[in-house]
Amino acid sequence: MIEFLKRMFGQSGSSSTAKERLRLVLMSDHLSLAPELVEQLKIDLVEVISRYVEVDRTKIEVSFEQQDSALAMLANIPILAVNRPKVEAAAPAAASLPAAHASVAGDDPNAPASAALPRRKRRKKPASKAVTVT
Amino acid sequence: MSARKIVVTSGKGGVGKTTTTANLGATLARRGHRVVLIDADIGLRNLDLVLGLEKRIVFDLVEVIEGRCQLRQALIRDKRFGECLSILPAAQTRNKDAVTPEQFAGVVRQCGEVADFVLVDCPAGIEGGFRNAVAGADEAIIVTTPEVSAIRDADRVVGKLNERRLPMRLIINRIRPEMVRSGDMLSVEDVCEVLSTELLGIVPDDEEIIDTTNRGEPVALDDTSRLRTLYEKIARRLEGEIVPFSNLDQPGFFGRLLGALKAG
Amino acid sequence: MHELKAESPVVLTQPAPTLGRAIVVTSGKGGVGKTTTTANLGTALAQRGAKVALIDADVGLRNLDILLGLENRVRYHLLDVLEERVTLDDALVTDKHSPTLFLLAAAQSREKDEVDMEKMRAVVAELRTKFDYVLIDSPAGIERGFQNAVIGAKEAIVVCTPEVSAVRDVDRVVGLLGSAFRPQLIVNRLRPLLVRKGKMLSVDDVNAILRLPLLGVIADEPEIIVSTNRGEPLALRSEGATANAYRAIAARLAGDDVAAPMVEAKESLFGRLGSFFGGRR
Repeated sequence: MIEFLKRMFGQSGSSSTAKERLRLVLMSDHLSLAPELVEQLKIDLVEVISRYVEVDRTKIEVSFEQQDSALAMLANIPILAVNRPKVEAAAPAAASLPAAHASVAGDDPNAPASAALPRRKRRKKPASKAVTVT
Repeated sequence: MSARKIVVTSGKGGVGKTTTTANLGATLARRGHRVVLIDADIGLRNLDLVLGLEKRIVFDLVEVIEGRCQLRQALIRDKRFGECLSILPAAQTRNKDAVTPEQFAGVVRQCGEVADFVLVDCPAGIEGGFRNAVAGADEAIIVTTPEVSAIRDADRVVGKLNERRLPMRLIINRIRPEMVRSGDMLSVEDVCEVLSTELLGIVPDDEEIIDTTNRGEPVALDDTSRLRTLYEKIARRLEGEIVPFSNLDQPGFFGRLLGALKAG
Repeated sequence: MHELKAESPVVLTQPAPTLGRAIVVTSGKGGVGKTTTTANLGTALAQRGAKVALIDADVGLRNLDILLGLENRVRYHLLDVLEERVTLDDALVTDKHSPTLFLLAAAQSREKDEVDMEKMRAVVAELRTKFDYVLIDSPAGIERGFQNAVIGAKEAIVVCTPEVSAVRDVDRVVGLLGSAFRPQLIVNRLRPLLVRKGKMLSVDDVNAILRLPLLGVIADEPEIIVSTNRGEPLALRSEGATANAYRAIAARLAGDDVAAPMVEAKESLFGRLGSFFGGRR
């Protein structure tokens, strides 16, 4: 029981703060971008996606991960609804998505990944510029 | 058969590179391998001190490179390990730019001719001393402690070693199980996750290390040592054996340690 | 204690009589607590009302921002200033807790040999016209990064832990610095219990070899790791032995008459060490 309480207490200990700080600072180091610019990148990314679909801005997660020699950007952007009227350039792709599925994802932002709209966008970047420079 | 040439590095200083090199080298020697340890910290050598061999230094690494002596004259054999353990000391009154990476790699290769394992103790930082130390290596051990600054520096080194395509594994040093449990220290899992590097070993913070360094005696020589079995596990993993990691939560394993830590 | 006043001859040769003191914090060996010392001493000095600038000279491996919890506010760095892309004012980050404390961060993705040493000297000189203290956090080693850190400094604080290897490295660094920097010693990570058991060098043991003015002693406490995790220097706390020890160091540095630092039990361990350090003095 005491062990259990300690563990519970441990959740709010300084190590979780340390881990979060490390995550952000390493992301910034890897991109050679100031943390502020990493924030701006996220904002711009969301801005672009919002032109096509309606996203839940409160639940967006963007992170960067070192995968072998490449740096991967992982974005988790819950989609509330397809933004039909504004669809322009990407019309064919977006229009082919069934509206029903989009609303499933919209009702439950934690819907399983099987929803037609992928909640997780994976984009691999080449190692060249993004990874720390020699 | 060619020797394994391993650089022990960290980015941040004072995380235990030299202690790790000395104790791992001693453990490998105790297990019957021929081991040469090279101190790459020209100007700030300490490997000799940690092994208690400081009084026996005659020649050093730079003198070998400059052709002023033979490698075998500069190697100091640690008699406590029979024929198995030798060190090549760094020069103390020279600068790191006295040696080029190519020259350093040449010495590592030469040491490899008389050894099964060559461990290179890298200086702190990522300057010239680091470039020298990694030059002749074909694998790397990264030593870090569960602290934000040490991990950030280790991450820089991981990046540098990735560029050189050196395979690397991680030793997490100075972990304090009771602080991990109370949530005030990053856990082994946290560190591995952040650095996404394969784990080679875990060594707890133990006052025994301070004591053995004071006396110049590696833990491998002490049958009553708490840390000896941990270095043995690391050595076995290096040999290729799959050795399970101890669970830091098992009080049986760390019980004595905890007692010692509380006392310290 | 043999305190040196701020207005020492070196300072008086400068044009303005109110130039700040430029102090390099160094050690030779890494991981003895240079950055922790810089962050805490800077905080303690600022809490006394002094204007303090901290320079992280560890280009490529910066950490002072992390220890102060300022990593998200760093936008420009030392090399941006040296290479005249931004002004000093643009690059200085104000501390979260102490309004008179400022950080000039190191570049993380650059190399130490990219630092123009003459420009570095000029930047430190410029900071001395604006701040009471300029503390320069030196990287480990005695390579280029050390030289970069030292070039603009007029005084030195050397940080040493009670370990044979750290003492040896500090001895070497003090030799390289020479007496012009009037180095003062902080003994860090002391474990009084181990000293009493005779398993760790005492402050006296360390200073019997180094023979430097003792600025302070800091014990090894788990709360230092906690403060690093959080990015909040312990010197911010209103109480606690470590916070008080840093305040005492700040006071001594400022020239206040403060009681001598706690000095631990005297069991000597350094017989073995003696033979190496005979040479220098």
